[in-house]
Amino acid sequence: MTDLDSFRRETRAWLEANCPPEMRRPVTSDNDACWGGRRFKFQSDAQRVWMQRMAERGWTVPTWPRAYGGAELSKEQAQVLRQEMRALGCRSPLDSFGIWMLGPALLKYGSEAQKLEHLPKIARGEIRWCQGYSEPNAGSDLASLQTRAELQGDHFVVSGQKIWTSYADKADWIFCLVRTDFGAKKHTGISFLLFDMESEGVSTRPIMLISGRSPFCETFFDNVKVPAGNLVGEPNGGWTIAKYLLTHEREMIGGIGDRAAAKPLGRFAAQAVGLADDGRLRDGALRTDIARFEIDELAFRCLMERTGDRARRGQGDPAFSSALKYYGAELNKRRWELMMSVAGADGLEWEGERSHEGALARTWLRTKGNSIEGGTSEVQLNIVAKRLLGLPGA
Amino acid sequence: MALVLNEEQQMLRDSAQAFLTGNAPVAHLRKLRDGGDPTGFSLDIWRRFAELGFTGALVPEDHGGVGLGVVEAGVIAQELGRTLTPSPFVSTAVLAARALVRAGSDAQKQRWLPGIAAGELIAALALDESSKHRPFELDTAARRDGDGFVLDGAKTFVVDGHVAQLLIVSARTAPAGAQGDGITLFLVDPGAEGVAVERTSMVDSHNAARVRMSGVRVGPDAVLGGLGQGGVLLEEILDVGRAVVAAQLMGSADEVFARTLAYLKERKQFDRFIGEFQALQHRMATLYCDIELAHSLVLHALQALDADPAEARAAVSAAKALACKTADLAVREGVQMHGGMGMTDEFDIGLFMKRVRVGQELLGDANFHADRYAALGGY
Repeated sequence: MTDLDSFRRETRAWLEANCPPEMRRPVTSDNDACWGGRRFKFQSDAQRVWMQRMAERGWTVPTWPRAYGGAELSKEQAQVLRQEMRALGCRSPLDSFGIWMLGPALLKYGSEAQKLEHLPKIARGEIRWCQGYSEPNAGSDLASLQTRAELQGDHFVVSGQKIWTSYADKADWIFCLVRTDFGAKKHTGISFLLFDMESEGVSTRPIMLISGRSPFCETFFDNVKVPAGNLVGEPNGGWTIAKYLLTHEREMIGGIGDRAAAKPLGRFAAQAVGLADDGRLRDGALRTDIARFEIDELAFRCLMERTGDRARRGQGDPAFSSALKYYGAELNKRRWELMMSVAGADGLEWEGERSHEGALARTWLRTKGNSIEGGTSEVQLNIVAKRLLGLPGA
Repeated sequence: MALVLNEEQQMLRDSAQAFLTGNAPVAHLRKLRDGGDPTGFSLDIWRRFAELGFTGALVPEDHGGVGLGVVEAGVIAQELGRTLTPSPFVSTAVLAARALVRAGSDAQKQRWLPGIAAGELIAALALDESSKHRPFELDTAARRDGDGFVLDGAKTFVVDGHVAQLLIVSARTAPAGAQGDGITLFLVDPGAEGVAVERTSMVDSHNAARVRMSGVRVGPDAVLGGLGQGGVLLEEILDVGRAVVAAQLMGSADEVFARTLAYLKERKQFDRFIGEFQALQHRMATLYCDIELAHSLVLHALQALDADPAEARAAVSAAKALACKTADLAVREGVQMHGGMGMTDEFDIGLFMKRVRVGQELLGDANFHADRYAALGGY
């Protein structure tokens, strides 16, 4: 038996013993997710216990160094952990922009003091982070952002406005792109700052979306004082970090096409739409659409796996995350279009317990943002054309 | 298993690629076509393919082959798709070899497999009877006659049937619904009395035939595998063929993509490279993603067949369906983006479009496999 096989066996046994049964049921709504943070209220003891047990083992951030709250697993071991969690139907113990986005950026660009201060709290779900990137006039053209930070003695003074800040009203800290040099070209005057959302001068206003929910906020900074030591990397060197972090964000959003794959759509359809006497779905055109979708979904899972295998061999290009983000986002939108078709009139209910407060319809509408957030599909295709295909002038 | 080629498989790919681009590039196909070659392929290339061990890829070593797996067969087919080389590889080295390896008696293996490995025997699977792939809807019948059988029926789209020295024919020995599936595979000599083989000139200048059998007598040793139980066997043989054809389609898609990308970087209009236009950039970028996806899925299916053919069926249908769709998109975009040049016979892009069209129909098109995928998924 190889080391990886015995790791798999131990992992399975540990998960069996430690993952509460309630945490092995499919997530039914956004409320089921554990986001952690100072103000987070656990939905159940099981949710709290599950997060804490995983955090103690370093498995909320399995590949991070132990000193920062991780378990120092190899990529192969982390893959085994994911596979075993999937096999048991374990929910994610902790969803976190700190884990998915800031953590990788800090590991690469943060000072030792910054790593020691922030990473363990991310791993333990103690601090919830939000991302201060987009602005009203800096969407796809992110580098034209105007939020300013001026160094005054031992601190920066930050003023400006961010938009589409996911869960800003629930977050404890923000990682934020600010302009520190207004004379420089737009990509070279940007810095990467971290600060506490409880700082004086920070305010948030939730934005109501078409889903009737408000996962995004407008975030305002009015002369917010930020210690100079909260600058990550070099002054005016924030764009490099911002781009690196974006590749992780893209992988995260691209990954929803993969994560959502737990429920086979065809089987759901067989129950909801019904089968004809010949065993085929009673709606022939829908059946074909679902089959084509499931084939594409399987291909996407294979491509994710292949990308990981390539990365382990030192092959692959960071720009490939744009290809994955593009396709994963489009795939997830297709999934929820088909889910709505399958559910028919039942999927149209917006309120009430029967529909879990319109969970299906609201999720369907929410997924429309997948191809906008983290760089639109069009921006991803630009990156693929330029970086991967070398097309001129892109 | 990692979803990438291992080192040996990469070496195999490199050697197949070097041989084919060096000895049988697209110009080779043109020459055969324009010269009106009566066989439509080069026996010399096939022999040299054998010397490299390619024709014996799926033949075990004790029968003169090299005993590789389905992944390796796919690797070779992908390179054939890149150069459009006419070759009996799929018919002989994949379908016939796999059928004989899986179901042949010792005597049958001994008789036929060494010839396949040596490049001396060309064999073809005579299967389809209608214009669409429906392997279990058979009118060809074999009735008992003494200790042998008499075959009657007609087959179409018999790839390489016009040059085959051995036909593997599917026939009904019992009505559908009888015990077993009632299907039996027979080894038939195309020179036998009552067999008529007509070469069909195909759109892609590759080779196929129609085969008519009337009162063809075969001995008991012509039965391949169990009597009346050919269905399961056939399914497995076909799945190997489907995955390998999917790989071949992806080789064509790769080549068309590369040629089109190069064209976008050299063709100028409005004083700019046409590759600067976003309308084309986005289409190329989406096609790039589609090709990456299909490659991943095809490799997954090939690996699944090596692991356990019975468990690989859904993956194979997914792979064939997606490879058909993706290669089809690649050639359509390829012709369109080459503009008027794409419509000329002089440019190769059209040859890829023709070849991909045939590859789509072969062993089930995207609709056939989407339907099968859904059925296997219980809906």
